[in-house]
Amino acid sequence: MKETRLHEWHVRAGAKMAPFAGYDMPISYPMGSVEEHLCTRRSVGLFDIDHMGQIEVKGAGAADFVSKMVTVRVLDMKDGDARYSLFLTEQGTVLDDLFVYKIPGSFWLVVNASNREKDLNWLNEHKPSNVEITDKSPETYMIAVQGPKAIELLDSLSDKPVSALARFTSGNANILGVPCLVGRTGYTGEDGVELFFPDKDAERLWTGLINEGEKLGIEVKAIGLGARDSLRFEAGMPLYGHELSEELSPLEVGFKWAMDMDKDFVGKAAVLRFADIGAKRKLVGLSVQGGVPREGYEVQDASGRKLGVVVAGMFCPTAKLFAANAIIDSAAGKTGDSLKVIIRGRPASATIIKRPFYVPAYKR
Amino acid sequence: MGTETRYRSSHEWARKDGAAFVVGISEHAQESLGDIVFVELPETGKELKQGEAFGVVESVKAASDVYMPLSGKVLEVNGDIEADPALVNREPLAGGWLIKIEASKPAEWDGLLSKEAYDTEVSKE
Repeated sequence: MKETRLHEWHVRAGAKMAPFAGYDMPISYPMGSVEEHLCTRRSVGLFDIDHMGQIEVKGAGAADFVSKMVTVRVLDMKDGDARYSLFLTEQGTVLDDLFVYKIPGSFWLVVNASNREKDLNWLNEHKPSNVEITDKSPETYMIAVQGPKAIELLDSLSDKPVSALARFTSGNANILGVPCLVGRTGYTGEDGVELFFPDKDAERLWTGLINEGEKLGIEVKAIGLGARDSLRFEAGMPLYGHELSEELSPLEVGFKWAMDMDKDFVGKAAVLRFADIGAKRKLVGLSVQGGVPREGYEVQDASGRKLGVVVAGMFCPTAKLFAANAIIDSAAGKTGDSLKVIIRGRPASATIIKRPFYVPAYKR
Repeated sequence: MGTETRYRSSHEWARKDGAAFVVGISEHAQESLGDIVFVELPETGKELKQGEAFGVVESVKAASDVYMPLSGKVLEVNGDIEADPALVNREPLAGGWLIKIEASKPAEWDGLLSKEAYDTEVSKE
């Protein structure tokens, strides 16, 4: 089991630790996942996400190579741009989801911890000779600073205004003296940033943000993976292995927008074939009464016919809903329709509702 | 010792309350479950044996069955925790009680664990 540099800090803070993607990670702190979620929505949450992978791609052929490997448009990216994208298999299903950062001289691909090895192998299999691929994960630390007061906090601790960065762009800044690549990105539905910086500075920056926040009168709390999941879920963001997987086409889960069909990319031919046939399944949001809908629970229509299965479900602390994302027959149901989710052998009432359950702050 | 609280190793407690017994989950149980977001309780009048599941406590992470510390009939369920399941986290031994039962085999009380014996068992987990 691997540990991040902040492992000891988490343990001292009383976190419940559990294995995630090969790392012993904090699931929740003593304040609890629900309160951590709410703190991120009202002030600032700090997330240790050092388990995420960072892959550098550089060389004369880098732009063309990245363009071929990811679904999003790449060739028009300027230094500082950051875009959400997918890697697809040749079968047109999802190998991983990632952020593509264009930075001076290279691309950085920020990938899921659980898929890092798979992604690296797959990239190297396709790599031409004029491209260099380097796994930067070991020496790069990554934390997320998220919440409505995150930018105010960082502006006062940075040598350059973080507020000057537009959403989905990145730039360099020294924060509390630590040289950071700052991406105005995140996975919570709140404004904020993700910071990349030298591994050795992890505890200094982490504790510095908490202590300086206190001096400034800004509530800054460490947030575990439990609340990270409910924040992303409520805000309609996918988690690989749930809403995205090698079993699902992006067209079944509403990710057409993440693909640029005007360029070539691995998996495109399969996506086009799939589009011709038409999706037989779709991703819907459900509001459920009478229990917590959880992954794997069956979804039925009113007559008891199986329509599909819950891929993620939980209590949403801000929306105050028991909600699920389910993959169901594409012909079955529209917003407002009543379905059933089978909880412990009993059908619980469910209603198809619009996703996301919480509209991200930067989209309002 | 009408106010003594006794435990079962499956982390429920029982306490005499007039002619009935109040039942809930232990401090240790709420702490290891984490934030409780939903509690499913039985119908009143239901008769259950010691060790049978009478309900489900759902935390952010998982759903856990809760078991009868004593055989008996369900007289009352705690209506306060339907609107505020986190009450079980905040006051597991007081306001966050789950059900009241009429014990059908009061002698089972003698087989429950004292607080000290329960704490010792928990410390070995």
